Amino acid sequence: MGIDTLDSITLFSLIVLPLAGALTLMLIPGKNERLVRWASTFFATVVLILSIYLFIGFDQSVGGFQYQNTYKWLAIPGPWGNGSLAITLALGIDGIAATMVLLSGIVMFTGTLISWNVEDSNKDFYILFFVLLSGVFGVFVTFDMFFFFFFYELSVLPMYLLIGKWGSSSVFSNFTRSKEYSAMKLTIVLVGGSILIWLAIIAIFLQADIGSFNMLEIKAIVDEKFSPEFQNFIFPMLMIGFGVLAGMWPFHTWSPDGHVAAPTAVSMVHAGVLMKLGAFGIIRLGLMLVPEGAQTWMPVLLCLGTVNVIYGALCAMGQTDLKYVIGYSSISHMGYVLMGIATLHLLGLNGAVLQMFSHGVMTALFFAVVGMIYERTHTRDTLVLEGMAKRMGTISVLFAVAGLTSLGLPGLSGFVAELLVFMGVFKSYGVWGIGVGSLAVIGVALTAVYILRLLSKVFFGPIPPRWEEQTDSNLREKFSAGVLVLAILLIGLWPFPVISVVDSGVTPLLSYVIGVG
Amino acid sequence: MNDFSLLLPEFLLTGLAFIVLGVDLFLVERDKRYLPWVSSTGIVTILLITMVLAENGQLYDGTLIFDDYTKVFRVFFLVSGLIVVLMSRDYVKTHLKYQGEYYAILVFTIVAAMLLASSAELLTAYISLELLSFGLYVLVAYDRYNPKSNEGSLKYILLGAFSSALILFGISQIYGLTGSTRFDEISYVLSNTLELPAGLMVGLVLVIAGLGFKLAAVPFHMWAPDAYEGAPLPVTAWLAVGSKAASIALVMRFFAQALMPSISEWQYIVIVMSVLTMLVGNLSALVQKNIKRLLAYSSVGHVGYILMGIAALGSIGDDGSMQTVLSHLVSNGLMFHVVAYGITTLAAFLCLTVVHKHNCEEDISSLAGLSKTQPLVSLVLVSSLFSLAGLPVFIGFTSKFYLFNAVGAQGLLWVVAIAIIASLISLYYYLMVARQLYIEEPKLGASVPVSLFTKVLLVSVLILIVVGGVYPSPLMEVIQSATDAVISGSLVKFA
Repeated sequence: MGIDTLDSITLFSLIVLPLAGALTLMLIPGKNERLVRWASTFFATVVLILSIYLFIGFDQSVGGFQYQNTYKWLAIPGPWGNGSLAITLALGIDGIAATMVLLSGIVMFTGTLISWNVEDSNKDFYILFFVLLSGVFGVFVTFDMFFFFFFYELSVLPMYLLIGKWGSSSVFSNFTRSKEYSAMKLTIVLVGGSILIWLAIIAIFLQADIGSFNMLEIKAIVDEKFSPEFQNFIFPMLMIGFGVLAGMWPFHTWSPDGHVAAPTAVSMVHAGVLMKLGAFGIIRLGLMLVPEGAQTWMPVLLCLGTVNVIYGALCAMGQTDLKYVIGYSSISHMGYVLMGIATLHLLGLNGAVLQMFSHGVMTALFFAVVGMIYERTHTRDTLVLEGMAKRMGTISVLFAVAGLTSLGLPGLSGFVAELLVFMGVFKSYGVWGIGVGSLAVIGVALTAVYILRLLSKVFFGPIPPRWEEQTDSNLREKFSAGVLVLAILLIGLWPFPVISVVDSGVTPLLSYVIGVG
Repeated sequence: MNDFSLLLPEFLLTGLAFIVLGVDLFLVERDKRYLPWVSSTGIVTILLITMVLAENGQLYDGTLIFDDYTKVFRVFFLVSGLIVVLMSRDYVKTHLKYQGEYYAILVFTIVAAMLLASSAELLTAYISLELLSFGLYVLVAYDRYNPKSNEGSLKYILLGAFSSALILFGISQIYGLTGSTRFDEISYVLSNTLELPAGLMVGLVLVIAGLGFKLAAVPFHMWAPDAYEGAPLPVTAWLAVGSKAASIALVMRFFAQALMPSISEWQYIVIVMSVLTMLVGNLSALVQKNIKRLLAYSSVGHVGYILMGIAALGSIGDDGSMQTVLSHLVSNGLMFHVVAYGITTLAAFLCLTVVHKHNCEEDISSLAGLSKTQPLVSLVLVSSLFSLAGLPVFIGFTSKFYLFNAVGAQGLLWVVAIAIIASLISLYYYLMVARQLYIEEPKLGASVPVSLFTKVLLVSVLILIVVGGVYPSPLMEVIQSATDAVISGSLVKFA
């Protein structure tokens, strides 16, 4: 088999491999937990290698969609003819998708390792986890609207069971937030958001009237078929529909509850990768298929993104549960992504995609560390946890790394991304941009407040006697967290390789969007 | 010249029913467990004969039409009938008396369903519908010492008889004003009438209402939950799949081949019915505690989606004339969704019969922790529920997407929006069942053995559900040939 044929099936195998992993696990007897762990780690490793291969092999000098391959799937006859190519499994990645694929590979691998401690029917856990990831990869690598939606829904479907079965309820002084409640809320809200996406997809298909769900084919006729009114009507549907998953205010309320209730690896994937699907959807469908609508609505998105940044940070300050702090900080950080998209500027959009990657690894690290602490102390209450650094040195350092990334310390990935976003905002919105941008900078300051407060109290304070007996992380945990730290440092210190790949996707997209307007 | 070999599958099935009745006479009670095997072997043979030998043609001057549409539905009814017979075997043995009659009547209703799919004339259709209903009245009441079975069956018979009267009265109106009961002739008259006379409108409304009863469409759905709850479990499955699909087969042909020219008169009636059906069905399902009632309301909800497709079979052009450009697309979607709904519902009921064998309860909470005690059954059950909810990778997602897209193409995007919201509502109660299966702890600790044959059956329906979702194009080709027949049958002639 030549390298060309290999390249043409890589993307397909990226979707199929997690599914194959799930199938293999089904055949392994559930009692053999060791074998289940090793088999899932094997599949996760292969997927990680594959995603790194894709990222490195991506030719940024060419740009555009690479590794393309199309499989015929279903015909839809109509006035447009027999529509034999209406729905095709059209695969291909541009620079943005390649970055996201790499992120998903990393988070999947570390999530699989972190979940070794799942004891209650770990086989079922891994099966659902892999189905979820198959959906995630599917969204990133397809440019057919039907399959985009197919995989989008597929990645939401296993969440209910994953959270409901393996999650944990949060007990507060005066009320309890049960895991079943959070799981149901998350599923219903996310699927509710996809109502708008579904309608928008059907509307785009019908308005294009070429009998195809292929985004590239539709993109070619946007100018002649999509009137500005149509685009202005469709874009907010996509923006809100995907915004729900991206944690956009005021549709974010599922997210802290869901992330807190979910088991560690699922929080990692959900906050790390799944929320990015929302932002990715706005870029892929919104910017590409209704560019004029995007331009009209961008100021709104900018404002919503800014609200996200500040609102999320303020909420995070008020939390006493470690996971809720991280959950709200995710909302705050997704705000930068939305702001970056809203700039429609080379710097801003690059920053947004980079922030998607950076926040993905950072928040995965956060949730991994909180999971380690919870497993040892059985509490996440910041009023009770104190002086963890004395007995859990490594864990505390890991938390510090994630925390400093999150407040944008230079040298770590968050700084580069947020800087780019701010520059984009200033450049494309002028005076208004300076106003909005300064508000968002206040958000960064707020982040510093809650992160540093946590670090000083929970980790680096005096240790009370009840936590004297704790143990530090083991090798498996160190290794998986180390992978994430490596990614953070790499982007923080030497962002060029990633940015150039992202840029090869962003530049043509932007010149197209601006050109249409 | 009538070529009676066209009716071969129906003749053979009727013969099979009598053979079952006859064999039953000579079997001692203990040996009656062979009856389902006799019936299922017979059905499999007839299925093969139908697939290989059945030809296309017409009988009685076109009152019965045998085309690819008939053929697809024949195969569908035989396969689903076969699965119902197989899932009945334990249930009937333990819970019911008079097994011979049970299987014979079941086979009779398959004949009736097949005839419904081929009738192209109102009286023939009416008689087939009655044959189907009479069989079902008996089957629903089969558990005769169970008060619920009696209650459900009484409601079913009374309302069923009432709806038959409505249909008959409607037919008489249509016959009086068009001079024919044949679909093609009705269509011809309608296409030459500019203003529909009031009497004809009354007839149409009555027939639609009567068929609405049979389909359990809101506001004519009241009998469904009680009949579903009271009937023996396999009969509920047959009510939900066989009887419903048979009525849909008739409705689709009737609307496409007879009523299409006056679509501007009835489209809004059907849309209103469809919207009500989706919303009321799915909202009522939210509060159900009994799994059979839950599935009853969920199937009411699915009838809503189907009716939406019926309403979209044609569209009204700017000048008020009917447009049929997209009829193919919509009818493809309709049949796809009927098949998807049928397979999925059968799978769900198959799982329920297996569970029922062990705990004899029908509460949703009795399914708690099933994933621990019967992993395979609960996997198939949860897959079928997710498929009904319209989630990928299952067939329900693909068929819903196809149908909704087709209806949207017909210019009814606002109805599609309501349908998508309704299907979001449905997700809630399906997830509540999934919660019992996977999240709650089991009440009975011991795992229960499932026979190898049942396992094979479960795995094969699961494969059908998944393959239909990820690789639908072979199924779609078959459906395409069927809709070619039913749409081009009379439409294009007069369009």
